[in-house]
Amino acid sequence: MPLLWLILIVLALAVVGYILGRQRALASAGGDSRHLHSLPSYYGSNVGMKIVVPAFLLMLVWLLVQPLYISSTVSAMLPESAIREGASRGLVMAEVRRTAEGLDNAVAAGLMDDDFASNARADIADVTQRLKDAGQIVTSQITQPVLRAAQEYRVLHAWGTIAMTVGVLAVAIAGLLFGLRETRAEFRARNVVEAGIRALLIAAASIAILTTIGIVLSLVFNTIEFFRLYPASEFFTTLQWAPSFSGRGGSSDLGVLPLLWGTFYISIVALAVAVPIGLFAAIYLSEYASSRVRAFAKPMLEVLAGIPTIVYGLFALLTVGPLLMRFFGDDGLGWMQSGTAVMTAGLVMGVMLIPFVSSLSDDIINAVPQAMRDGSYGLGATKSETIKQVVLPAALPGIVGAILLAASRAIGETMIVVLGAGAAARLSLNPFEAMTTVTAKIVSQLTGDADFASPEALVAFALGMTLFVLTLGLNVFALYIVRKYREQYD
Amino acid sequence: MTDATLNAPGAKPKKTSLKTITERTKRRNASERRFKAYGIGAILIGIFFLVVLAVSIVNNGAPAFTRTVLDIELTLTQDQVDEAEGELFKTKAYEQLFIASLQGQLEESGLEVTFDPAALERIVGKTGSTIREHFKANPGDIGQPVTFELAASSRVDGYFNGRVNRETLQDSRFLQLSDLDLVDALADSGIIHGSINWNFIQGADSGVDNPGGAGIGASVVGSFFMMLVVLALSLPIGIAASIYLEEFAPQNRFTDLIEVNISNLAAVPSIVFGILGLAVFIQFMHLPQSAPVVGGLVLTLMTLPTIIISTRASLKAVPPSIRDAALGVGASKMQAVFHHVLPLAMPGILTGTIIGLAQALGETAPLLLIGMVGFVARGYPDGFVAGFTEPNSAMPAQIYTWAARADVSFYEKAWGGIIILLAFLLTMNIIAIILRRRFERRW
Repeated sequence: MPLLWLILIVLALAVVGYILGRQRALASAGGDSRHLHSLPSYYGSNVGMKIVVPAFLLMLVWLLVQPLYISSTVSAMLPESAIREGASRGLVMAEVRRTAEGLDNAVAAGLMDDDFASNARADIADVTQRLKDAGQIVTSQITQPVLRAAQEYRVLHAWGTIAMTVGVLAVAIAGLLFGLRETRAEFRARNVVEAGIRALLIAAASIAILTTIGIVLSLVFNTIEFFRLYPASEFFTTLQWAPSFSGRGGSSDLGVLPLLWGTFYISIVALAVAVPIGLFAAIYLSEYASSRVRAFAKPMLEVLAGIPTIVYGLFALLTVGPLLMRFFGDDGLGWMQSGTAVMTAGLVMGVMLIPFVSSLSDDIINAVPQAMRDGSYGLGATKSETIKQVVLPAALPGIVGAILLAASRAIGETMIVVLGAGAAARLSLNPFEAMTTVTAKIVSQLTGDADFASPEALVAFALGMTLFVLTLGLNVFALYIVRKYREQYD
Repeated sequence: MTDATLNAPGAKPKKTSLKTITERTKRRNASERRFKAYGIGAILIGIFFLVVLAVSIVNNGAPAFTRTVLDIELTLTQDQVDEAEGELFKTKAYEQLFIASLQGQLEESGLEVTFDPAALERIVGKTGSTIREHFKANPGDIGQPVTFELAASSRVDGYFNGRVNRETLQDSRFLQLSDLDLVDALADSGIIHGSINWNFIQGADSGVDNPGGAGIGASVVGSFFMMLVVLALSLPIGIAASIYLEEFAPQNRFTDLIEVNISNLAAVPSIVFGILGLAVFIQFMHLPQSAPVVGGLVLTLMTLPTIIISTRASLKAVPPSIRDAALGVGASKMQAVFHHVLPLAMPGILTGTIIGLAQALGETAPLLLIGMVGFVARGYPDGFVAGFTEPNSAMPAQIYTWAARADVSFYEKAWGGIIILLAFLLTMNIIAIILRRRFERRW
């Protein structure tokens, strides 16, 4: 673990810097801390900061840039002839990387010496055999160019690691000297340290932006890659979902429409369960229930929201599915072929969404001013008439927002549909048939054996993009409605 | 309330009294009662689902914690061992000794059953080799009574907890109807009995053909290392981000951008974070696949919005007078926040963090995409650093793997796994509630 050691050395330097900086500051004030601008510990922290921050920044940049640089150098070394028919440069590079790792591990295991591993004229069959003996995964027979490239890769990698260690340590020591040099009694150490902490806080807050950028970039790049291999027009219009696992593209039908239909159908069933139950529960809890009932029932309903989705998935697959089969299966009405169906997943997802709808609606109903209810009672309306004709219309935009948020949850839900909805993509109206969703297919396409550069795997990113855009749109719209409504009474 | 329209001009107003209940009042009251009943019904349905869920988890999961074992006390003399070792089929000879001893024990308890070695093999597997290996490994045990605890096959196990019964059992090479007579006899004499399945709690995942040997222990360890990463990253980052947004951020575009991003990230489906992890951490940064450290990074990004939202609420709850007092005695803004506001907000922050961690612990979908599927949890990591980098699984992913397997015996394991997962979640939530109750200050 050379990287871990490097980090520990830099941290140890920082501790030394802290102690030295503190002492130097006190010494410069003649041992009386009242003559210092800041508390002594700030001088120490200032030196520590000057050591850690530039050193770690350099390390981070180096770790990001080095693989890119090595890849491009080695990749440029590969002759055009080394790339087999049907393979891309990226695939050959993956092979080079694997071979280099294999060589490293074989050297570490003592099955080769370093000279042999870097011998350019080594017998290829011998190398392959030794790698296999070392238990390293070697996909195909290693060719001469691949071996050369792998050896070059190792050399560059080793040099890069040494250079990084030296560079980082040099920067750390330079920081130590610089920090100590500026440590004087009149130096405004607190201001500098606080500015540093402030920068750290801003960096932490920016992680949210970085995450969004990361999501968008990883989706966009891979989706573009997918559309290069598979036309976008077909992706959005084909009514078939039939990925082939044998061939490399061409024979697959990858239409998103059946998946979208499955997603919407299951979400509609889920909302048909969750909205009435959740809404009535919210009305009862906020308008009728005594505080004791409320204190008991509200947390009970919210427990449903805290249960992990895998539990609901298993519940759908093993409890609800067989139960529905008993009534609608071949022994009963004969509508259902197997336990996994739109109805199974939809029902269970509906249960999951009940607390979501109820607690959001509860807040919104409570926000309706009491004066409106009192006005209605004054006119002689009963409680239910007041709710139906005054409270609900006033709360309607908020409730619609809550339902949209629940819908976005339903669309993005994965484990329930992976386990409960089945795997067949079809366009059908029968809710007792198995269908599949966008999320379920993302899981199956990315966890299968499909090659990562094939359209069968890349389609998952296009599906992810569809999902991201859909849920984000629904959320933004829902929040807009909720906000607009709230402004009315505040 | 619609009286005005009913009393149309020209119609003679009916004389009514508040004391007599008219037809219409009755109707309105009935509708009132109906409406209220719908509300009660909705709540009862919700609670009903919760109860059904709890009952089916406990009912289906409890058998995973027990297993059926066959206890037998065996005393082999040196002569017997020598004789058995001298034969051509050595394990067969040991099996004969085992059967003789078993019959002896049965007769002691007054039951006489005849059985063939094949039936016994179907019930407890190959006994001869187990016994031979034991005596070869511990030669000192020869001549002394040794108690063997042999695990019964998963179908026999199923017979005791109701998964297999006489009506539905079809004769196969795994178990035949006639074997059940023997099983009953052995159960009556107390030789076959249930015991706690420690292997399920401590062990690692087994192959697809061995549901009996599957355990959740290794993936609990995987979850633990993942949660360490999540805690170590999301707590400091979450606190730092919240302090900036709550205490220092100026009202500008950049702050708005951060706020919008946080609220949107809270609503992004978890599977999209899995795609992010796959593309950025594994494809781009070449971090090891299936490693708890990658899982932890993905879950950190996923839980950060939740933690930031709750942390900001706790910071907001600290009254401004605390800050003003600190500033008044000459503290800098940074000192006021870090020395006074943060310690007072800490219980609330920890409560929110624990709830966020509990959410992350139950998350499955992103883990599947970065390769933390159940069958990689084949053993414990060797060492602390290896715990972060060696391929492992996590509890929910392990449960998913079991649920997706074809053999129904694994379903029981999946339910059992859920009991363990929920036990962890419950503990975390209870700790959070206790923290809140004990340390929360109302201003």
